[in-house]
Amino acid sequence: MKVSIEVNGNAVTEEVEDRTLLVHYLRENAGLTGTNIGCDTTSCGACTVLLDGESVKSCTVLAAQADGHKVTTVEGLRGEDGDLHPVQRAFREQHGLQCGFCTPGMIMASVSLLAHNPKPTRDEVREGLEGNLCRCTGYHNIVSAVIDASGQEVGQ
Amino acid sequence: MIPAAFSYRRVSTVDEALSVLGEHGDDAKVLAGGHSLLPLMKLRFATPEIVVDVAPIDELRYVRVDGDAVAIGALSRYHDLHHDEVLREHAPLLAQVAGAIGDQQVRHRGTIGGSLAHADAAADLPAALLASGGTLVVRGPGGQREIAAGEFFLGPFTTPLEPDELITEVRVPVATGIGWGFEKFNRRSIDWAIVGVAVQGQAVGLINMGGTPVRATATEEALAAGASIADAAALAAEGASPLSEPHASAEYRAHLARVLTARALTAAAA
Amino acid sequence: MSIVGTRVVRIEDQKLITTGGTYVDDLREPALTGAVHAMFVRSPIAHARIASIDTAEALAAPGVVGVYTAADLDLAPRKAGPVVEPWLAADVVRYVGEPVALVLTEHRYQLADAAELVDVDYDPVDVVASIDAALSDETLLYPGKGTNVMQVNGTAEFPADSFDGCEVVVTQTIVNQRVAPAPLEVRGAACAWGEDGRLTAWLSTQNAQLARGAVAKGLGVGEEQVRVITPDVGGGFGAKIGSDPEPVVLGWAAKRAGRPVRWTETRSENLTSMTHGRAQQNTVTIGGRRDGTVEVFRLDVVQDAGAYPRALFLPTLTELMASGVYHFPKIETRSRGLVTNTTPIAAYRGAGRPEATAAIERAMDLYATEIGLDPAEFRKVNFIRPEEFPYKTKSGANYDSGEYAQALDKVLDAADYAGLRAEQKRRREAGDPVALGLGIASYVEITGGDSGGESGRVDINPDGTVTAYTGSSPHGQGLDTSLAMLLSDQLGIPMDRITIKHGDTDEVPKAIGTFGSRSLQLGGSAVRQAAEQVIASAREIAADLLEASPEDLELNAGEGAWQVKGAPASGSIDWVRVAARAGEGALSADVWFGEGTPTFPFGAHLAVVEVDTETGKVVVRRIIAADDAGPVINPLVFRGQRHGGLGQGIAQALLEIMAYDPDGNPTTATLADYSFITATELPDFELVDSATPTTRNPLGVKGIGEAATIGSTPAVHNAVVDALAHLGVRHLDMPTTPQRVWEAISVKGEAK
Repeated sequence: MKVSIEVNGNAVTEEVEDRTLLVHYLRENAGLTGTNIGCDTTSCGACTVLLDGESVKSCTVLAAQADGHKVTTVEGLRGEDGDLHPVQRAFREQHGLQCGFCTPGMIMASVSLLAHNPKPTRDEVREGLEGNLCRCTGYHNIVSAVIDASGQEVGQ
Repeated sequence: MIPAAFSYRRVSTVDEALSVLGEHGDDAKVLAGGHSLLPLMKLRFATPEIVVDVAPIDELRYVRVDGDAVAIGALSRYHDLHHDEVLREHAPLLAQVAGAIGDQQVRHRGTIGGSLAHADAAADLPAALLASGGTLVVRGPGGQREIAAGEFFLGPFTTPLEPDELITEVRVPVATGIGWGFEKFNRRSIDWAIVGVAVQGQAVGLINMGGTPVRATATEEALAAGASIADAAALAAEGASPLSEPHASAEYRAHLARVLTARALTAAAA
Repeated sequence: MSIVGTRVVRIEDQKLITTGGTYVDDLREPALTGAVHAMFVRSPIAHARIASIDTAEALAAPGVVGVYTAADLDLAPRKAGPVVEPWLAADVVRYVGEPVALVLTEHRYQLADAAELVDVDYDPVDVVASIDAALSDETLLYPGKGTNVMQVNGTAEFPADSFDGCEVVVTQTIVNQRVAPAPLEVRGAACAWGEDGRLTAWLSTQNAQLARGAVAKGLGVGEEQVRVITPDVGGGFGAKIGSDPEPVVLGWAAKRAGRPVRWTETRSENLTSMTHGRAQQNTVTIGGRRDGTVEVFRLDVVQDAGAYPRALFLPTLTELMASGVYHFPKIETRSRGLVTNTTPIAAYRGAGRPEATAAIERAMDLYATEIGLDPAEFRKVNFIRPEEFPYKTKSGANYDSGEYAQALDKVLDAADYAGLRAEQKRRREAGDPVALGLGIASYVEITGGDSGGESGRVDINPDGTVTAYTGSSPHGQGLDTSLAMLLSDQLGIPMDRITIKHGDTDEVPKAIGTFGSRSLQLGGSAVRQAAEQVIASAREIAADLLEASPEDLELNAGEGAWQVKGAPASGSIDWVRVAARAGEGALSADVWFGEGTPTFPFGAHLAVVEVDTETGKVVVRRIIAADDAGPVINPLVFRGQRHGGLGQGIAQALLEIMAYDPDGNPTTATLADYSFITATELPDFELVDSATPTTRNPLGVKGIGEAATIGSTPAVHNAVVDALAHLGVRHLDMPTTPQRVWEAISVKGEAK
């Protein structure tokens, strides 16, 4: 079937199998490999993108379900001037990433979290990111990064 | 993992959905948020030939007070239910439970109708609907019918829904000011409940205490007869037949049901 | 002021946070144009004879390019310890997940469809699914060996009188459960043969050069015929050190099919087919005096090596580190490595040392409980004292430096240990159903333990920029940043003019790689020595330019300029001019840092847990950690490594287990079932500083990659047991799941 998705502001139209998962559409058809795949069971969140502005796990959405909708991936977060998004900047500043594999999904989940809760507590950040697994950081600095991105003081 | 091949159909009205379902019968599966169906398809535990995407049916996304009931459109998402002011005021148990399902991303996709139709005893909403005394409104080729929650969960992943029927609405009696409690016990917050308990007033729904969501009827009867919370909660696992799994034996589940029922009843009474 | 020791954000991050890294599956190299996709067909049965394999239907499926089985392969046998491990199973399968066939298709989505059609007829045989079953030798994985025990090390039989004369003897069998390393990026590979007859293999590995050797040997070609490139690697944790059969089979298939081949496993494959870690059953016996002086410690290690014993060094490393931070006059150790019908075991963050620490630290708590002494006080009685270093243990380790009591005291002070004990007492007296538990672990571990050395090359380019090549192969550790900081400090050249390269065997032909927390102490020392040589060469050129004698010059690293000693006003010359004069290739040094002997990081952790005694649920409230790995290059990165270690260590104590049913079927083969820890199960971490240098390398540093994993697991484990001590619980095994905790309490409750 023909699937048209506005990806990071650009129209992408591709003929794909009906069973194509959104994550594969983004990686193979739109050519955006920032979004990663870490599991088979909707568990890890590495594939998190924004669908019409809200975080979803793109391994559990059909490309067909996103037909006619807007998707934002990590590649689409930077401003027009190329400036880092506050969440991107904070992940680097707080060392919220190590191997980087969970990072695009973690950043997108954080963007969505902050959209709903602009000034979260550390515990609220932990709860908000429960669907994103990271094997490297122990999450401490990821929590700090989200606090930093929210404009709050990072305690430690 | 990738689903086995299928044909995708998108519908934008209930009538269109019923027409497509009527055409394909057992070969078709309804796709709402997809967070019950797609995981099974990716592992190839489910291999439908036709997937009917009902998500564009905007008319099935609402929460409103309708007489002495709260009416919830079947395609309302967990995230929206959790934040819905009408639901929070008039059916707070459901609003709370919707916010405890899965994670942020899952709650952005999963729908109440999809969860109920999937009829997983480990899911949170079915037991909450039992405790809420809810009803499912179902439409099919013969018109509309209502099925009480207590008659909907027939067995593991089994309901009286016909292949050509669609859940369109969920109704619960207005519960403004009625005490409620919800206890979900798991190892990690993203896990399915090992056991969960949803209480509204003196109605008690149990999560993962058997092949279907169940009411703790012995507890409810004891409460009606004037028993204390402690004494009534001690009966919570009566008649239940929970599964034994490596990290949750039937005995442990029964124990948890008693402890959590006492906690949920205490919260409801507070 | 020197940049070394200051907080510097990572140079690795810009790409990772904007477009994402370039992992194997992300490669869009021209050489991979037209690549076919690969999927292994894996055994769904733990132990069976293969009666037949029918590939006809799969071969006829859409898009199928090839289906290969052991019958097609013409590769030399590969050894796993004392046995042969097939590339693809031919006659027998020995674990669920063992590769049996390889399917190649044109498109990724055709793989699973075709793989389902490969018809393998299995005749199941009896299964050895546990250590006890293996020890019984009733069923043998390798009948020709006559036993499932593949290796015995140390004392074959312990003396009967070792503990005679001890006032106190405590013994306990402790399970160090099997866990899955589960890096978030699963394994992947891309293989392409060039027209020159060379294979280029892009692998998600921790060591490109070791992988090149393994691939070349497997394919029966010279190492010069193979180029391995590691693009970005999404975590390894020891499981990508690499002795996996898949890359060799894929390289073979690329040749056979005449097409480049790409492979990315699924997570379910990863959880059953990538090596697991830990999987030991250890019996400790500890004896001594009532005053707290330990006299004898015995450790009897049983290592479940899985179906193919690829890593029998693990139990001997556990023996080496058996006595931990303690001055024990007598130690007895033994290890046995045996095979079971489970996924092979190899390194996992800590690799042999966490098991040693877990055993001794549980033993110490059991002993302290037995004699009624506070576990912190009891440890202090037995610590190796600072003046005893270097200290050679009775099990043969040669510790370099340590301040064990000081590290523990720092942690106890930071935590308000006395206050926590008082709160615990209050709660117990009040009958609080939420019990407080405090757990201590003092640890020492070994880093750079392989003593294999590492390569480092530094080039100052004609434009004055620096390119450094390291044999280390970082994949998340931030080593690029640490090396750039060290070079900037040493040379006086800004970090943004320094590029760090690694992971391409054509660029770095000789190297070992990243594992065992070896990279900074070995790879960093190599780069440092290379820079020293470059500075020596540059001195001559600068002297020529300044018309001075080389010995009269000094490098002002603050300015990045050469000047006359004591007379900077008489003229100086910067790197750009020196480099321009030197020209291409003149300022280059390539060294092998080989004299690096192992170092011994140490530390102390205190875990504070709450246990809901009604449900058995454990919540970690606090973890306070001192991890001493010598001087710190970049506190941001250093603390990050500790955070990650804490997360994984706590996860083992609380949640993680790779479990099998009695038929050898894995019951935790997806990330829905395998309890990978999330942010909600972890507290904020409280880190205490401690920095004791070593003399064993020019940087004075020890490794930090694994340390916090090693300390945190027994700290949390001890805390859970401590929380239940007043209920009569003396021990329970990890993971301390709610059901296990509840059962431990229930058993004691019924006994009363």
